[in-house]
Amino acid sequence: MASSVAKAAERGTAPGLGNAAFFGVLVIAAAAIFGATRWFGNDYAFFAAYVVVQYIVLGTAWNILGGYTGYVNFGITAFFAIGAYSSVVLYKLTPWMPLPAMVAIGGVMAALVGLGTGYLTLRLRGVFFSIATLALAVVVQTLITNWDFVGGARGAYVLRPKLAPLIGGGYIEYLFLVMLGLCVVALATARAIERSALGFGFAAIRDDEAAAEASGVPTLKLKLVATALSGGFMGMAGAPLPYYVTYLDPASGFSLNYAVNAIAMPLIGGTSSWLGPVVGAVLVGGLQEYLRVTISSAINVLVAGVLMVVFVIVAPQGVVGLFQRKKR
Amino acid sequence: MSALLHVQSLGKRFGGFTALQDVELEVQPGERLGLIGPNGSGKSTLVNCICGTLRNEMGSVSFGGTAIDGLTAHQRTRLGLARSFQLPRPFGSLTLAENLRIPILFAVNARGERTVSGAAIEARCLELLGQVNLADKAHRLPRDLTQIEMRKLELARAMAADPKLLIADESMAGLSHAEVDEILALLIRLNGQGVTVIMIEHIMRAVMAFSQRLAVLVAGRKIADGDPKEVVRNAEVVRAYLGE
Repeated sequence: MASSVAKAAERGTAPGLGNAAFFGVLVIAAAAIFGATRWFGNDYAFFAAYVVVQYIVLGTAWNILGGYTGYVNFGITAFFAIGAYSSVVLYKLTPWMPLPAMVAIGGVMAALVGLGTGYLTLRLRGVFFSIATLALAVVVQTLITNWDFVGGARGAYVLRPKLAPLIGGGYIEYLFLVMLGLCVVALATARAIERSALGFGFAAIRDDEAAAEASGVPTLKLKLVATALSGGFMGMAGAPLPYYVTYLDPASGFSLNYAVNAIAMPLIGGTSSWLGPVVGAVLVGGLQEYLRVTISSAINVLVAGVLMVVFVIVAPQGVVGLFQRKKR
Repeated sequence: MSALLHVQSLGKRFGGFTALQDVELEVQPGERLGLIGPNGSGKSTLVNCICGTLRNEMGSVSFGGTAIDGLTAHQRTRLGLARSFQLPRPFGSLTLAENLRIPILFAVNARGERTVSGAAIEARCLELLGQVNLADKAHRLPRDLTQIEMRKLELARAMAADPKLLIADESMAGLSHAEVDEILALLIRLNGQGVTVIMIEHIMRAVMAFSQRLAVLVAGRKIADGDPKEVVRNAEVVRAYLGE
């Protein structure tokens, strides 16, 4: 009881690290991870770590709308692929453009689509909203499949430069660094939201929308902020993908794996805090990578599915929730 | 003096069912109005139309002299119109103090007249919880509360928005004698601080003790409005409650 009071008081007046200090800690942690991966001295370490970090970003993005605001989005691949295909377009039109700029543009494109989708669908609640987002994924996939400029159903080849700019070494090191940077931004944003008025507004919407309106919360506006932020980060997570896979076709860009993992990881880690998607992505993503190498490359979907079922039954609040409950 | 709230020939239909028809209601600043009526007479629908939770198809609502018909519920709350829900609707994942934080952040601060921030928010939340005797549970979750405590929380959350007009929708239903007195004293104290209060209630003892004026809704129409003692003797009101 005493510790729960202390914890709640902590949330109430929000001491602990300030947003800037937290950002600093994240940067140091990211630098340490990058250093450790480089010390490993093996390209595979970068390829594997890239996937895990990408899922941290995707899971965090999903959680802003799904966990904080309570709107379950199944259309993750739509936003993710918009980011990826905007990079394909930019690669064809302006191949000299630096990757971080492509990431930013991909994010803006996906955020705009998020905003539009939000405006059209947020009058739907619960499962109806989820179905609408699923439909969005199908619509976007159909559009991309029929768009010849980005390769259509044949797919598009993207030539990955041999060497990384600025830092030297293989290009995958650069891709990993960009994704790490994106991860730092996503986590700092998620934690800042949790501690701000915006986060309280999101929570009020999740708990009871009519009561939130009656308390002065502009629910439609806040939900649009959530869809735009969530979609934007998903797009940014997808933007470096063409360089990572070097051959992007609709089947791989819109793969169900991204959607399943982006939902399973926050649910397994815990949706109530920024730490949940991190724990979930490291746990599930790490396990998937390990099993992919040791057993089979097809087992990763099974891992997410089985773990999700287990956690829904045993720990509906996820790993973070399990820990918080023990502390009380 | 011009009315704080003015409801003009308000009408609301749900499909073929007419929930409200031609309802006229004026509330003066600082007044304590009681609103009664049998179950299903349209009391909560009227509250929902005044507060913007539902849109009225006919008539109009003005608050503080301006028509507010096109405004959303949160805009009306920011203007100073707060309500409690008949069935408590707490924010389940937030502590009691955090529940009150929402209207402070989104109604009081959004008004732009003054900004409550940092430790002042926490202090204000605890003060409000103290007024409804829930201060010791400030950091518990709503699921730990009894039904009665939920009603108090509901009222405290409405008060946290610093309203000019508070509509308490059956906030005493199911409460014991002593608890009714407690809420009654709270509402009267609030009124003494300058808040206009509309009380919707079935407990006649509380209604009579509270109301300076009493309005009666029956089957979506207002059938009486005036001095409480006269209204309860009104033949039409007696017939609505007791039958022929």
